[in-house]
Amino acid sequence: MRQYLQTSVIWLLLALLLGLTVLASHVLTGPVSLFAGLFIAAMKAGLVLWFFMGMRHETPMIRLFGTGALFWLAALLLLSFIDYLSRGAV
Amino acid sequence: MTANPPSYLNAGHTIRSWLLTTDHKRIAVLYLVSVTFFFLVGGAAAGLVRADLLTPEGDLLTNEGYNRAFTLHGVIMVWFFLIPSIPNVFGNFLIPLMIGARDLAFPRLNLLSWYIYILGGLFTLIVLLVGGVDTGWTFYTPLSSMFSNGNVVLVAAAVFIVGFSSILTGLNFIVTIHRLRAPGMGWGRMPLFVWSHYATSIILVLATPVLSITLVLIAAERLFGLGIFDPSLGGDPLLFQHLFWFYSHPAVYIMVLPALGVISELVAAAARKPVFGYSFVAGSSIAIAIIGFFVWGHHMFVSGQSMYASAVFSFLSLAVAVPSGIKVYNWTATLYKGNILLDPPFLFAMSFIGLFVVGGLTGLALAMLSIDVHVHDTYFVVAHFHYIMVGGTISAYFGALHFWWPKMFGRMYPLTWGRITAATIFFGFNLTFFPQFILGFLGMPRRYHVYAPEFQTLHVLSSAGSTLLGLAYLLPFVYLGYSLVAGKRASANPWGATGLEWTVPSPPPKHNFVEIPTVTGRPYDYPVDKEDRR
Repeated sequence: MRQYLQTSVIWLLLALLLGLTVLASHVLTGPVSLFAGLFIAAMKAGLVLWFFMGMRHETPMIRLFGTGALFWLAALLLLSFIDYLSRGAV
Repeated sequence: MTANPPSYLNAGHTIRSWLLTTDHKRIAVLYLVSVTFFFLVGGAAAGLVRADLLTPEGDLLTNEGYNRAFTLHGVIMVWFFLIPSIPNVFGNFLIPLMIGARDLAFPRLNLLSWYIYILGGLFTLIVLLVGGVDTGWTFYTPLSSMFSNGNVVLVAAAVFIVGFSSILTGLNFIVTIHRLRAPGMGWGRMPLFVWSHYATSIILVLATPVLSITLVLIAAERLFGLGIFDPSLGGDPLLFQHLFWFYSHPAVYIMVLPALGVISELVAAAARKPVFGYSFVAGSSIAIAIIGFFVWGHHMFVSGQSMYASAVFSFLSLAVAVPSGIKVYNWTATLYKGNILLDPPFLFAMSFIGLFVVGGLTGLALAMLSIDVHVHDTYFVVAHFHYIMVGGTISAYFGALHFWWPKMFGRMYPLTWGRITAATIFFGFNLTFFPQFILGFLGMPRRYHVYAPEFQTLHVLSSAGSTLLGLAYLLPFVYLGYSLVAGKRASANPWGATGLEWTVPSPPPKHNFVEIPTVTGRPYDYPVDKEDRR
């Protein structure tokens, strides 16, 4: 029962964060909107990883691999953004 | 008296026993047969391309036909030969043997991986039958998503499918290496071949999904007109290149890291000495895998990406040279004062080192922004990546084949023919691709089949080399095939090498080890007793 409750709470939190994403995209503009969106997305991903994917029960080695995957995703986004945000500047 | 258990080859003789096997060694043989088939198809397409380039007018093929031939060559060679060749054949066969395990961690998943590979291959062959695709293996948008007349979605589906085969194999290797090492085999006692496959598997698992997503996005744009990459729909073609190369540059290391692992084994066995700087060679595999993720933008220097991004990528690309250099220097130090025999595996290893160094140094040139702008999209680039991906990987693949063939099939082959093949491949390869460095530097663009007449001499040299290379690639079919029926029986350790795989009979029994061995020493504990040799 406790597990269902927890899953439901996390699901509700995710739904709230989704609402926040929509709100942020309407209220904020420019780079701030982008970073707010990314920040909320990171929180959602964190919740999914920690609770739904069961990372909180895993060994440090599995967590290292999970963090590694996130790190590489971050590298993909960061280096692509270096291009996007500075394109046309030179 | 207990009889030796039958070898894995004799554990069942029906086709069913092969097609439903979960034995990693049999699956390796299935891969050996299938990657060889795709190597022949991809090689035939290469032959067509080189034959067309004999004349400046491109008399053999139409413009469209030429595009389809080189695309087919690229797609098949990259995804159906170079990426799976060493990991899926030799990794599958050797990793459990080298770490003292009875099989991979997930034997059924391993078989599924082969079936997925075959399914992807069938899709590709269907594309071949219905007319091919003309985008190049890179599927650049908006050509692939909006303008191409070829069967882009079908090829994308083929590559998407085969990607899952890679992911499953990588996952299987990672879990196997973590969980199934024999007692006593700590990380510092693992063979370098296993280290390199560990690094490769990390790339396979982390990078391949990005390619899969990218291919789905291409299909979505092409089929449903979603504006993802097409500027006229609000998309960005450079986004495609970022996503594509985020996978495809690390894919170069998927091809070459296993090759580096093979060479470490061959060099140590040839020199009969422990590998110089074992931990640096092991660590450099991991370093190459990690840094390899941060360099993809060097494919995009002239694409219109920001100059700042190009500068960052140029700097990061140069950094890969450090761990690569560590490997080459350490192999050289290992060979120094070694008791070297000129056996075929050693000659292939030497061939690898030569080609890898030329490919690596020209890679440094291409990583420099200024030089890349001059030679971008010329034959210089074609020559460079062939030296690394083809010269390097195929030399190592043939080296591995000649080194572990007696272990895999229990038969020796005529060593002289192996030496002739190694020398011919090295000569043929250089004759094919060295002229292309000059062609590129003089300004011959890649992907063109009509060219200025002054380039013809170099193209003819290159095509002559490719003929020689093709013949050299076919030679092993003859003498290795001959060895299967009439070759001398191989002993358990014909090269006098170290490693757990040499402690089991040739060919190994179905479950590898009667008793799981306990590892008590460091790897490459040479010299080994020579009495058993050959």
